[in-house]
Amino acid sequence: MKLSVGPLLYYWERPDVFAFYRALALAPVDSVYLGEVVCSKRRALKQADWAAIASELSAAGKEVIFSTLALMEAESELAALARVVSASVTIEANDMAAVQLAGGRPFVAGPHLNVYNGQTLRLLGALGARRWVAPLELDAAALAELLAERPDGMECEVFAYGRMPLAFSARCFSARVRRHNKDDCSFVCGEDRDGLTVYTREHEPLFALNGVQAQSAQVRNLIDRVSEFETAGVQMLRLSPHSDAAVPFAQVIEAFAHAVRGERAVECPASALPGGYCSGPLLEARR
Amino acid sequence: MADRSGIELVCPAGSLPALHAAVDNGADAVYLGFRDGLNARNFPGLNFSAADARSGIEYAHRRGARVFVALNVYPSPSRWAAATAAVDAAAEIGADALILADAGLLAYAAERHPGVNRHLSVQGSASNWRALQFYRERFGIRRAVLPRVLSVAQVERVIERSGLEIEVFGFGSLCIMVEGRCALSAHVTGESPNTQGVCSPAHAVRWVERPSGRQARLNGVLIDEFAPGEAAGYPTLCKGRFEALGSVMHALEEPVSLNVLDILPQLMAAGVSAIKVEGRQRSPAYVAQVTRALRAALDACRRDPASYRPPAVHAAALERLTEGRTHTLGAYSRPWQ
Repeated sequence: MKLSVGPLLYYWERPDVFAFYRALALAPVDSVYLGEVVCSKRRALKQADWAAIASELSAAGKEVIFSTLALMEAESELAALARVVSASVTIEANDMAAVQLAGGRPFVAGPHLNVYNGQTLRLLGALGARRWVAPLELDAAALAELLAERPDGMECEVFAYGRMPLAFSARCFSARVRRHNKDDCSFVCGEDRDGLTVYTREHEPLFALNGVQAQSAQVRNLIDRVSEFETAGVQMLRLSPHSDAAVPFAQVIEAFAHAVRGERAVECPASALPGGYCSGPLLEARR
Repeated sequence: MADRSGIELVCPAGSLPALHAAVDNGADAVYLGFRDGLNARNFPGLNFSAADARSGIEYAHRRGARVFVALNVYPSPSRWAAATAAVDAAAEIGADALILADAGLLAYAAERHPGVNRHLSVQGSASNWRALQFYRERFGIRRAVLPRVLSVAQVERVIERSGLEIEVFGFGSLCIMVEGRCALSAHVTGESPNTQGVCSPAHAVRWVERPSGRQARLNGVLIDEFAPGEAAGYPTLCKGRFEALGSVMHALEEPVSLNVLDILPQLMAAGVSAIKVEGRQRSPAYVAQVTRALRAALDACRRDPASYRPPAVHAAALERLTEGRTHTLGAYSRPWQ
């Protein structure tokens, strides 16, 4: 079982992003996904910055993959996608536009492509997909069905740690709750380093708002199920970045690294985010 | 009688009476789903048996209208055989088009039934021409239904570059999330549009009367609370009132309906091929009213787009049918990016 660090879903300040990836170079993970998946207006890092981070991580022996934007509407977004694809890097395709552009070269089918059956998986495999990230909403039984149908050589990656990306919109929720217009958003999403928690009127943490993305408030943590996924034939577990204020991320990586080596479990640090952990696709302990 | 010279009016049918209502009131096309849990309105008591669908298709064809069959969930391996059987059945009973989202199922339909039009469902989440190029080149789709996230200018661009017929939503409930990319319902109820064809399913809804008002709960989660006398809406997850930054608000979306009556000339100028009415879960009477109103508006717009004004009587009729009695242009009115 290998470990990956998924794309940074939040809008952090530039020095924080560099510091995060500098630390990752030394961390016990196999693959790192870079790039902006949520909002094309976030430009604290230029493509050259990402390229520099990529070379550092590659030099440290990590597999580096560029994740593409999930919701693509504007011509400028398609142009940016074309630039990434032509830069001869491996991409994680999060929209069929990326599959269309990268088709024929090896790529990762990201969690935002809808892959729910063997036929679709084989189709993407024939176009170059070498790994696919299971949709977040699949439960273990549905995943097992799909694993039984995957083509030879297709790796499966599962989102194993982090607030779950559940939905995308044309609307910026971070701006909306602060009564900002999206077109004049002032990048307020940057104020929420781990997303903005939304509560029910009974103060139960429900969602987290991250720009145009809605996430779960709860952090999915599958560390207790690592061997189950290993047995099922999953090759890679994805850890989604959080700020150290939410959870000491290096300790999360360390705990998962122990777990995948089959060593005695190291305690996974508690999450300071409202909502705590859940271990499945569903909200837990619901009454 | 249907008229194909302008924008096509595509109306919903959750039952045979609704199909009749749509056709009788001027729909150019009607879309429906089978009673097999494989379409995005998988509600109890709704949808068509194969026999009813066949009868509906005959009824529509005799009156010059077309029928599209929606098979737009993403089938799991255990439901693959049922999904392909449904594609075969739709082709066999003479459906004019299949509305599909799943790439594997599109490939199947293209191979087995090349003569039946394939439309990419809104559930296919294609929001740009490059993604549509993928579906056109691989599966020969003829038309795509766009997610409700694009401005009119963006819709126009997609039409120019994709070389496809483009269908957009014109009236009905508004999804604020990109269709096909929303797992909010999955997270809270375990059932989702992508897998089961449902969002915030009715069986998970519980109404609780409290002295302070009426609570709407979804699988136990408090989605909203309505004060005595306040109109209580269905607890669709994205339309609930939640607490963010210390205030209670519609944090994701207000309960409003989409209504493009005011911008029909712009949509026509953009080259839109069809306007879709949401609401297969609605009654035949609702379908009749909405169809009649949009038919009149489309005809007026086609006759004289320059001086088009939404016909007052029909605009008022639609207003009465909107969720929360308010409507929006959604993303259509966003400034060009």
